[in-house]
Amino acid sequence: MERKIRVLVAKPGLDGHDRGAKVIARALRDAGMEVIYTGLRQTPEQIVGAAIQEDVDVVAMSILSGAHNHLFPRVVDLLKEKGVDDVLVIGGGVIPDDDIPGLKAAGIAEVFTPGTPTSVTIDYIKQNLKRKA
Amino acid sequence: MAHAPLLAERARAQDARAVARLISMVEREDGSRLPELKALHQWTGRAHVIGITGPPGAGKSTLTDKLVAELRGRGRTVGVVAIDPSSPFTGGAILGDRIRMNRHATDEGVFIRSLATRGHLGGLSRATAETVRVLDAAGYQDIIIETVGVGQSEVDVVRLADTIVLVSVPGLGDDIQAIKAGVMEIGDVFCVNKADKDGAERVIREIRAMLETAVLNGAATRFSELYGALAAMGLGPDAKAGPGPGAGEASFAGAAAADEDAAGGYFQAGAAHHIANQARGHDELALPPVLATVAETGQGIKELVDAIKAHEAGLAATGLLAKRRVENLAWELGKAAADRILSGLEADERRGYLRAQAEAVLGKKTDFYDALEAIAQSLRAGS
Ligand SMILES: Nc1nc2c(ncn2[C@@H]2O[C@H](COP(=O)(O)OP(=O)(O)O)[C@@H](O)[C@H]2O)c(=O)[nH]1
Ligand SMILES: [Mg+2]
Repeated sequence: MERKIRVLVAKPGLDGHDRGAKVIARALRDAGMEVIYTGLRQTPEQIVGAAIQEDVDVVAMSILSGAHNHLFPRVVDLLKEKGVDDVLVIGGGVIPDDDIPGLKAAGIAEVFTPGTPTSVTIDYIKQNLKRKA
Repeated sequence: MAHAPLLAERARAQDARAVARLISMVEREDGSRLPELKALHQWTGRAHVIGITGPPGAGKSTLTDKLVAELRGRGRTVGVVAIDPSSPFTGGAILGDRIRMNRHATDEGVFIRSLATRGHLGGLSRATAETVRVLDAAGYQDIIIETVGVGQSEVDVVRLADTIVLVSVPGLGDDIQAIKAGVMEIGDVFCVNKADKDGAERVIREIRAMLETAVLNGAATRFSELYGALAAMGLGPDAKAGPGPGAGEASFAGAAAADEDAAGGYFQAGAAHHIANQARGHDELALPPVLATVAETGQGIKELVDAIKAHEAGLAATGLLAKRRVENLAWELGKAAADRILSGLEADERRGYLRAQAEAVLGKKTDFYDALEAIAQSLRAGS
């Protein structure tokens, strides 16, 4: 059977809005991917636990609360700690341009700011999977 | 890369990554999973498999979350297989059951996996059965399968379970009708969730009435089989005179006394019903537990787990567990064999052969029945 791309869409942090996360979840589903959605207010530990159990190819996080500089790298570090090195980690949400280089240095493969068409994210995922699709 | 049964070994040690990888191999029907699953085979058959089914939005995932917490509190490790439908148009899916349960993601004694229905060749039940076996071999003691109870394939999925919990809710109207249409017989424990809402009492009464009708009509329900076996051991509602005939044989199943005590609980869980019946002066009918829950607050969860565990104990004490597992596996093997034959028929060369036979029939070179025989023989030769 053809290999399905599995994506964990997660919302770390304390903000209570997940409209953006749901939009991207639907777009990824419509692109034929299997999206595991974990809901609001997830800790990095919960995100990593879910990513491992669900054996996802991608962890896509969205954050509006401004805690991205702490939470995104924490997820990358925890994945590394658990020996997971083949998962693509991407981020989105309200993220100032100035923060992006630091996030990328911390292992976030790409950051998508508001207004990015979902097709851009979809193409990015398809082209940058760390595992053979 | 060829996998030696290495993942299997790691899975046995409850390495979550290995368990997850194996399930992915199951999902994409990867041929290299077979040595791994074969290596795991000797470790399977120990888990108590619990199926939870009911209409969308009934609170199955919320219930599952609370069941996991309760079972963990009782010292059990728990695996969860949560099944959501794939989009028939894109093949993609949004698997949202985890929203209700992800607090357990950091608990090493819990493993939750979301499965999409995909276009599984061997059917959803095959992938689910293999996933359950992986979790079982990995040592998860209770395994919960959550699935939406609508179609036949979902019903097939819960048939994999030792204990089936049918979830209803108030306010759905004809949903009860949907249950009646063929699922009722397979329920071992009935749960009316959202009991905080109006109409829960009525739904409970309706379910009981339907169960009564089924029993009075002599329908072959899973619970009546169990009641019969328990009553024969003197564990039934009429067990005033102590163990009846058959109790001696029953112990051949290795049923510990503790099991029998717990098995009696399956009756107690339905006791409220019996009391109501006695008050009305009816004969007692052996009906399964029908329990009210409020999954959101956890109300009734302890009683639900008691009923589920009492049911398991009842199966073990009567020897029905072994019997059901034989029946289930025979069904699964038959289905897998049929699928294999079907995929043989659908192979391209075979299509050409079928067409040639069809032409021969129409050209009066052979007849339908001889052609059928020839096809059957060629399948046998090819297998
Ligand atoms: N009022 C009430 N709502 C509940 C209860 N249990 C679950 N819900 C809500 O029902 C909705 C669907 O729950 P979910 O567990 O996802 O249902 P599923 O589709 O059957 O898995 C959610 O909004 C839950 O919060 C309950 O006992 N009472
Ligand atoms: Mg659900």
